[in-house]
Amino acid sequence: MTQFLLRRLIQSVILLVIVSFIGFMILNLAPGGPLAAYALNPNMTQADRVRLAHQMGLDDPLPVQYWRWASSLARGDWGRSFRDSQPVLTIIRDRIPATLQLMVTSTVLAIILGSLIGLLGALKRYSFFDYLATIGAMIALSIPTFWFGLMMIFLFSVQLGWLPSGSMTTIGGSGSLTDRLHHLIAPTLVLSLVTVAIWSRYSRSALLDVVGQDYMRTARAKGLREWVVLRRHGFRNAILPLITLGGLQLPTLFGGALVTETVFTWPGMGRLFVDSLGYRDYPVLLGIMMVTAFLVILGNLLADLLYAVVDPRIRLN
Amino acid sequence: MVLRRLMEHRLAVFGLAMIVFLGLASAIGPMLTPFDPLFIDFRAKFAPPLTGQHILGGDELGRDLLTRLLVGGRVSLIVGLAAMTLSVTIGAIAGALAGYYGGWIDVLIMRFVDAVLSFPTIFLLLALAAFIKPNLFTITIIIGATAWMEVARIVRGQILSLREQEFVLAARSIGASNSHIIARQLLPNAVAPIVVAATLNIANAILLESYISFLGYGIQPPTASWGNMLNNAQSYFNTAPWVAIFPGVLITLAVTSFNFVGDGLRDALDPRLGKR
Repeated sequence: MTQFLLRRLIQSVILLVIVSFIGFMILNLAPGGPLAAYALNPNMTQADRVRLAHQMGLDDPLPVQYWRWASSLARGDWGRSFRDSQPVLTIIRDRIPATLQLMVTSTVLAIILGSLIGLLGALKRYSFFDYLATIGAMIALSIPTFWFGLMMIFLFSVQLGWLPSGSMTTIGGSGSLTDRLHHLIAPTLVLSLVTVAIWSRYSRSALLDVVGQDYMRTARAKGLREWVVLRRHGFRNAILPLITLGGLQLPTLFGGALVTETVFTWPGMGRLFVDSLGYRDYPVLLGIMMVTAFLVILGNLLADLLYAVVDPRIRLN
Repeated sequence: MVLRRLMEHRLAVFGLAMIVFLGLASAIGPMLTPFDPLFIDFRAKFAPPLTGQHILGGDELGRDLLTRLLVGGRVSLIVGLAAMTLSVTIGAIAGALAGYYGGWIDVLIMRFVDAVLSFPTIFLLLALAAFIKPNLFTITIIIGATAWMEVARIVRGQILSLREQEFVLAARSIGASNSHIIARQLLPNAVAPIVVAATLNIANAILLESYISFLGYGIQPPTASWGNMLNNAQSYFNTAPWVAIFPGVLITLAVTSFNFVGDGLRDALDPRLGKR
């Protein structure tokens, strides 16, 4: 177990290094590089820019620059926004809760709804419901998230007037819990579209893999009732691959959150990213990319650890 | 054989028919409509469907919506196909190299794949799109460049299981070079999963193009693409909802169709599912 832990930890650190390397490349790939913010400033001459580049160490060899950049990242100094000179880390930290809120609620919904659909599909394989769920999941995965969001707004906000069309609370309102929940419904549903679809497919196939196993037959042969067989032997084993799926879904979830936040003017990290794109605010853009990549790697690591805790076969090796 | 099994897959047949229909419509359609996709006619602004010759009505500048949808279909389908070609090429080469040579080449390539996959695709795509001058060509390149990792993983897995087989040994014993073995012996045997991945890749590329075009960093107006036709959709809800509905329906149809075909191909090409 310790060995497994250690190996996964080292793998994650290596991955993080490569990720930071890619981030650094993107920063240098940007037209004008890190000095892009000053490129259009009419009060600066070319000589000023060269001096600034020298001051910032941009004429050092790239490996030296990378080392300096990466070590300041590790110290928590992520630079300042081009737009308002706020520290990047502070800006991002303010936006993370809104994004996490959206991601957590829709993941919970996806797990409940998706597992239920997958379970019913697996128990009644090739039934009408199973076909419907299969086709439904494929269509759900094919609908552009932003358009689904637009249609939700069109139907529930414009036509029916049931739900607010955006933001986290009513502007000028009290920001009460019911108001917040009211604003949460539509974005959560939109973000859940894809996750419910994926989750239902995976839980169906995970359960189907388990149903045919010998130990299930044995359990039935012992005379256990079907429900007990499923609960004690079926679900417990089917849950294992789903833990990994939870980790693997994170990039999709972050991507979906970006689109959902943009459509619903939700003040999260994704919308900050899109806003920063408009300003060519590279420090913030890169910061968000590093944060998401870091969270994805962390999530996968946690999923693997959880797997090891739940599955005794890994624990013993 | 494969074709027959594919035809038994009803959804795949539907998907295939829909793809042919959409492809033909957007290839020939714009020549048949009486309108220019860029022609602005304020009299037709937000004209509802079936107004005069505007079968699907007019958009915010009175341009014919049907014509723009057809022309936009060209863009979306071409970007989807071309980006798929690029990503499958990169992915097949990277995966084949990693799987065949193993060792540090494998470690280097696959760790890089893992690292790129740690970034949500849309973030990566938008960051790259912000650096370039967006047009059909550059958008295709960046979508292809961010969608090859899955293919690399699939191909690597295939090559790994194939490279120890006798026919590879036979090829090597008659003096075949490494590149010959990869290109002529190994990859042709891995073609089935590559074809499936390629089909699903088209669906994904069309979806990604619509995302970045919708957010304003993809295909730029006035050139129509299904994604950028939805740029300001939210402000038409009260006046002309159909302007916001049709492009999304077409994206969904196209993507669903490719996904259906990919799913059908997976079943048809999988020999284990042969006798059910």
